Amino acid sequence: MGRLKESGIAAYEWLEHRLGLIKPISEAAAHPTPSNNASWWYVFGSAATVLLILQVMTGILLALIYSPSANEAWTSLNFLNHNIALGWYVRALHGWGSDFMIAIVLIHMVQVFLFGAYKFPRELTWIVGVGLLLMTLGMAFTGQVMRFDQDAYWGLGIGASIVSRVPFVGAQLVHLVLGGPIIGGATLSRFFTLHVFVIPGMLLAGVGVHVWMVLRHGVSDWPMPGRLVRKSTYEREYHELVEKTGMPFVPDAAWKDAVFAAAILFAVMACALFFGPFGPSGQPDPTIIQTAPKPDFFFLWIYAVLAFLPPQLETPVLLIVPVVTIAALKLLPIFASEGERHWSRRPVAVLTVTVIAVTLGIFTRLGTYTPWSPVMDAWSSDAVPVKYMQNRTPLERQGAMVLQDKQCRNCHELDGAGGQRGPALDSVATRLTEDQIVRQVLQGGGNMPAYGNALNPSETKALVSFLMTLRGNDLQPAIDASRELTRTSEVEQQKSQGAAWGPKGTPTPAQKQ
Amino acid sequence: MSEFLKYPGESSNDALSPEGKAQAHTRRVFLFKLAVGLNAVVGAVLAVPLIGYLLGPASKKKSDVGSWISIGAVSDFPVGQTRLAEFRSPVAVFDDGETAKVSCWVRRVSEQTFQVFAINCAHLGCPVRWFSESKLFLCPCHGGAYYEDGSRASGPPERGLFEYAYKIAGNSLVIHAGNMPTLATQASCKEKPLVKIAPATAEARSTTWEG
Repeated sequence: MGRLKESGIAAYEWLEHRLGLIKPISEAAAHPTPSNNASWWYVFGSAATVLLILQVMTGILLALIYSPSANEAWTSLNFLNHNIALGWYVRALHGWGSDFMIAIVLIHMVQVFLFGAYKFPRELTWIVGVGLLLMTLGMAFTGQVMRFDQDAYWGLGIGASIVSRVPFVGAQLVHLVLGGPIIGGATLSRFFTLHVFVIPGMLLAGVGVHVWMVLRHGVSDWPMPGRLVRKSTYEREYHELVEKTGMPFVPDAAWKDAVFAAAILFAVMACALFFGPFGPSGQPDPTIIQTAPKPDFFFLWIYAVLAFLPPQLETPVLLIVPVVTIAALKLLPIFASEGERHWSRRPVAVLTVTVIAVTLGIFTRLGTYTPWSPVMDAWSSDAVPVKYMQNRTPLERQGAMVLQDKQCRNCHELDGAGGQRGPALDSVATRLTEDQIVRQVLQGGGNMPAYGNALNPSETKALVSFLMTLRGNDLQPAIDASRELTRTSEVEQQKSQGAAWGPKGTPTPAQKQ
Repeated sequence: MSEFLKYPGESSNDALSPEGKAQAHTRRVFLFKLAVGLNAVVGAVLAVPLIGYLLGPASKKKSDVGSWISIGAVSDFPVGQTRLAEFRSPVAVFDDGETAKVSCWVRRVSEQTFQVFAINCAHLGCPVRWFSESKLFLCPCHGGAYYEDGSRASGPPERGLFEYAYKIAGNSLVIHAGNMPTLATQASCKEKPLVKIAPATAEARSTTWEG
């Protein structure tokens, strides 16, 4: 036993004398860190690194089978799912690992922000970290393209359309992004190159720099209200704290990192096992137009924002806001490198995080059910509710048919079924008078197309008389107050002629019953 | 300077006088700078064609891209109707697979007049669908809507549908196709005005149940 140990030590010394890395690395791992940061709040950075390693490994495994050619990519994904043993599981690990990685990177960033850990002397660590977030998102976007299905194809179309809005060089940029005049083999190849070579290379190098700076400056101490960061004193105070309360990072603080990393890996495995891989959806054939493309979860909020921007604002917002946002994130530690770190003394920081989180949450939620999109088959799938047909005149029933035939349901709900682009019509007659409905239908407006060309006068008449019966739970119909005033005076005048013009044919609820 | 060699000249010959060392030093520094300069030149010569390769797709003029291609017989498109047509992109290359296929909407206005619309929404390029009853093109992504003549009806698009240039050659309908249509690489450059309501024509009116 003693001889074995001796020869083991001799082998280690032989290696380390030549390599010279084991000792410095173990010393760096055991560097003293203030005991107050050995906290569960400090585990997200290491978890993100572990997920990155998982992504690299599963990515390499997928590359054994995947064919980055527009001809074969979709087929090779299905081959992975169905024909390669455990191919579906590796795809699922890679897909879920990606979602977990973005989530953990975002949580890590919020934690660092709220703890004020980006302040002196860790400004550059934050700036590099912002780059790492962008590269993580870049990996997610290019990864979505690797899943070369309908969503990927039309997602690329959305990307190209956004790029085409750049002034002067839009066309050149579109060609550069697509690798040619159309979305095709060259497009997939260049996104493959980005996803597999360019961004991972930068990402790994960036993580190296990021971790190096963490070691150089030490893990930030737990923020205390009233303990300000000053460039002149911070480093001395930090070293005093380390000397007083320091403990070796490995193992005294790192065991929490290790436990959390294991939990996250376990969660990824569980999701992969129970929910399986993402897609691929339909084949990337652009002549299959019966599709409603949608981006992956973490880009849904962008998809939602794009639905709400007014047309004339869209290009400026698309081109300016991302630049300003990234610049603000990168410059944050330059302009706020000193002062309070504790969140209880930084209400603006807390408010900013809250507002951004709520905004992104709302837009993501909207992105999951896209209320702005017409429901393309609502007109042929949801019948007009029976209750809206009872006790109606033949003309009104004909109007219900017009409503159905003219595809109004694609954008308007009746009894909870149909599109949500326009308002639900269940109580339309309590909001609009007959004249207003006629005008709205024929001329459109307020984001509704004009139907003047699609309806003949009798169809319009029938449709409007049906709509006039839709008053919710027999609410009062909308009235035009000014009409009443003019009519009473006109009626006085014209009684003899008997030609009062107005909606006198509209039945009251009492007449109907 | 390196921490191992405090004076760069010292290793070569300890017997040299300080002046000799300085001389040797300046010569080597000069040679090193010369070598760096040489590498800068070689690097530039190397980089130009590589950057040219990388930027190759962007260098083509947008008007050069594409060619005329038939999308079917004129008789396939009844007057007054809008139909889906398919063709294989004339700019497709060997590994484009099914992504080389392109759809377009063909509206035959009269015997000799057509409108050929790109499938791509002018907003963000999603495939628009034609609804013959409401006479609208609707986009599934963000709800862009266009009238039957391709002009903008509502939603986020800032203009009408992209149109391909067409001509009638014998019995075939031929269009000019190339770039994927976007705001910068339009199928043809005909700007569509923001029309709210087009003049009604008697022929265009539907008579489905009027009798």
